[in-house]
Amino acid sequence: MKFTFSLKPENFIIERDDERCIRCGACVQQCSYNAHYFLEEKNKVLGINHNCVGDGRCVAICPTNAIRIRQAENPYRPNHNWSKEKMMDLYEQAENGTVLLVGMGAPTPHPVYWDKIILNASQVTNPSIDPLREPMEVKTYIGSKPDKIEVVFDNKTKKPDIKTKISPQLELEIPVMFAAMSFGAISLNACKSLAKAASEMGTFWNTGEGGLYRDLYQYGKNTIVQVASGRFGVHLDYLNAGAAVEIKIGQGAKPGIGGHLPGEKVNHEISVTRAMPEGADAISPAPHHDIYSIEDLRQLIYSIKEATDYEKPVFIKISAVHNVAAIASGIVRAGADAVVIDGIRGGTGAAPKIIRDNVGIPIELAIAVVDERLRKEGIRNQASLIAAGGFRNSSDVIKAIALGADAVYIGTAALMTLGCHVCGMCYKGICNWGIATQREDLTKRLNPEIGAERAKNLLKAWKHEIQEMLGAMGINSIESLRGNRLNLRAVDIHEPYLSILGIKPAGA
Amino acid sequence: MGLLTIDAENLYYRDLNAKIKEAVRKQNIKKIIIKNARGQRFIGTGLQEKDVEIIVESGVPGNDLAMFMDGPTIKVLNNAQDGIGNTMNNGKVFVHGDAGDVIAYGMRNGKIFIKGSAGYRIGIHMKEYKEMIPSIVIGGKTGDFLGEYMAGGIILVLGLTKDENPIVGRYCATGMHGGVIYLRTDKVPTYLGKEVKVFELNEGDKAKVKELVEEFCSEFKEYNSNDILNGKFIKLIPVSKRPYGRLYSPGNHFPLPEENYFSNKKVDIEKYYY
Repeated sequence: MKFTFSLKPENFIIERDDERCIRCGACVQQCSYNAHYFLEEKNKVLGINHNCVGDGRCVAICPTNAIRIRQAENPYRPNHNWSKEKMMDLYEQAENGTVLLVGMGAPTPHPVYWDKIILNASQVTNPSIDPLREPMEVKTYIGSKPDKIEVVFDNKTKKPDIKTKISPQLELEIPVMFAAMSFGAISLNACKSLAKAASEMGTFWNTGEGGLYRDLYQYGKNTIVQVASGRFGVHLDYLNAGAAVEIKIGQGAKPGIGGHLPGEKVNHEISVTRAMPEGADAISPAPHHDIYSIEDLRQLIYSIKEATDYEKPVFIKISAVHNVAAIASGIVRAGADAVVIDGIRGGTGAAPKIIRDNVGIPIELAIAVVDERLRKEGIRNQASLIAAGGFRNSSDVIKAIALGADAVYIGTAALMTLGCHVCGMCYKGICNWGIATQREDLTKRLNPEIGAERAKNLLKAWKHEIQEMLGAMGINSIESLRGNRLNLRAVDIHEPYLSILGIKPAGA
Repeated sequence: MGLLTIDAENLYYRDLNAKIKEAVRKQNIKKIIIKNARGQRFIGTGLQEKDVEIIVESGVPGNDLAMFMDGPTIKVLNNAQDGIGNTMNNGKVFVHGDAGDVIAYGMRNGKIFIKGSAGYRIGIHMKEYKEMIPSIVIGGKTGDFLGEYMAGGIILVLGLTKDENPIVGRYCATGMHGGVIYLRTDKVPTYLGKEVKVFELNEGDKAKVKELVEEFCSEFKEYNSNDILNGKFIKLIPVSKRPYGRLYSPGNHFPLPEENYFSNKKVDIEKYYY
């Protein structure tokens, strides 16, 4: 029940320099959250602090730089246990009796081990390599590798040839791909930006569970198509349009939870792409109802291989949970060509807050235990390992590879190239930056040409940084770093996490 | 326009399916007869040729028959296993016997007819879009979770078998938010999903049921469509397209200030928008 007043104070305070403000109305017109308001008779622009979500749109576009957004201080008595956020959540639930929804990855203070892992560099004994002058290979192949390679020599020409049949592989120019984000969760312009950037950079983007919009089939060579429990937009042409098929079992932000695209977001384009009625909720059940066991998973993997004539690698995406190593082992044995693991910091368009912030394990630990387990069982070659969940820069990527990943998926980082400010309001569907929205006046704010350029720039920059870091370590190929944990050291990580990560403390 | 007979005895499923695909795609064969099926999976999976007919004459085909299928007709003259028509896009499947679990999961279009009974989890998350309306007809009875999460399409259960079982199991239509389930019974199933309500059939429903029953009887000739249609039917449809719409918090509503929040004068806010 509602009181007549709100118990929830503002999160942000909008400060406007009245002398600088020229009353152009840009902030009023642009803020989809209605945080700015023009009071005509007083010729004043006022801020409505309660509505501000801190997505930085007004700050960025204000032509006279008159707006500042600052975080509102905690108006309650300071209490470590009952933080402002916890109190506000509770008040909201008292009002509505509902599950709290959130967008983006968990902001919780779980340790980020990337920040506590440092990289090695060559000094004196093993010279470092300058990638500007010498070749530096970062090309990566995703797919199942054979146990051995049989070479035969032609009787007449004496030329060698590979007899072993190699499974289908994805060729990545940089071991970074764009994570699964559906058309529905993000706008078509955002999808286009990522698809274009991926195809021009020789890497891959992922459709998520939203089908493939007709204009995006042209990027099929660089597309990973996803099959999730709702099977939205899944048909033969879709499976065959992509370069690989990903079966989504779980997502780092919401392990064990299905998807739910609210009916408000299901407009005409989305309804066509997903083949579902306009305005209906798109509900993806929590489990695939045809997968209740590893054997069932194998059946689904092979049905997709059968449907695509064994020409496409099949990925299985799971969220990192407690016994992730054993699960990954089962997945590899079920016949997956790659295992995708999404850590607790992985993002989402909408998830219950309580799940996002409390379920799953950090991706660093998951990569380490999965790689270790698959090696011990002698099946590491049978599948590639792709890590996801909150990768922020190229050093996170290279540390993940040194821990044992083959490649990584970036989602939030990719959206930030398009303007995302990680305000976490994706689930409201009125994203000011034209990303997590389907409202036409908002989506047109994102120009896919510019978006693609910016996403490409990020990949180019990371590629070069990865080459620099490899060169510093005296390594000239990313293959030589994979699972090479000797190049990692830990600061301020204690047992037992050191042994789980399989790395030594710095100085040792 | 030829006919191909394949003896599936001792044939690995990949080899069998490769043979079928090659026959259909390269040799222009329109009718394939499979003898001695021994549980080979994925028969008809991924076939897109509309006028192809596959007949499993003897033996039992394996799981995921007609998965992702997009056009052909498959007839099984015996029992069939799990996963028939999984994510099927178009075409027809006839089973002259009983079928297993998880039939028509996520089915998008086309028709499935089962003469006997089927197992659990039938028609989960079937969906529909405009003229793409999948339908599944089960001559016998079904187990639990019929039409769970159903988002579209038609499920018709006739209950023609003589056993004591109820026509559907428990938790029928749980989470259903689209489509329609017709049951040939006058009893409301127990543990029915709370997302649906039970109705009598209207004229439109009767026409749909008649069409499906007639197609059913034209394949399974021991049944007479008039006898079947004389029985009592009930209809289950969801009460909301958005069963979980109110489960989640609306969060901030971002309201504009009321009229006299800042002043007593009404402000025309509209003109500051596009």
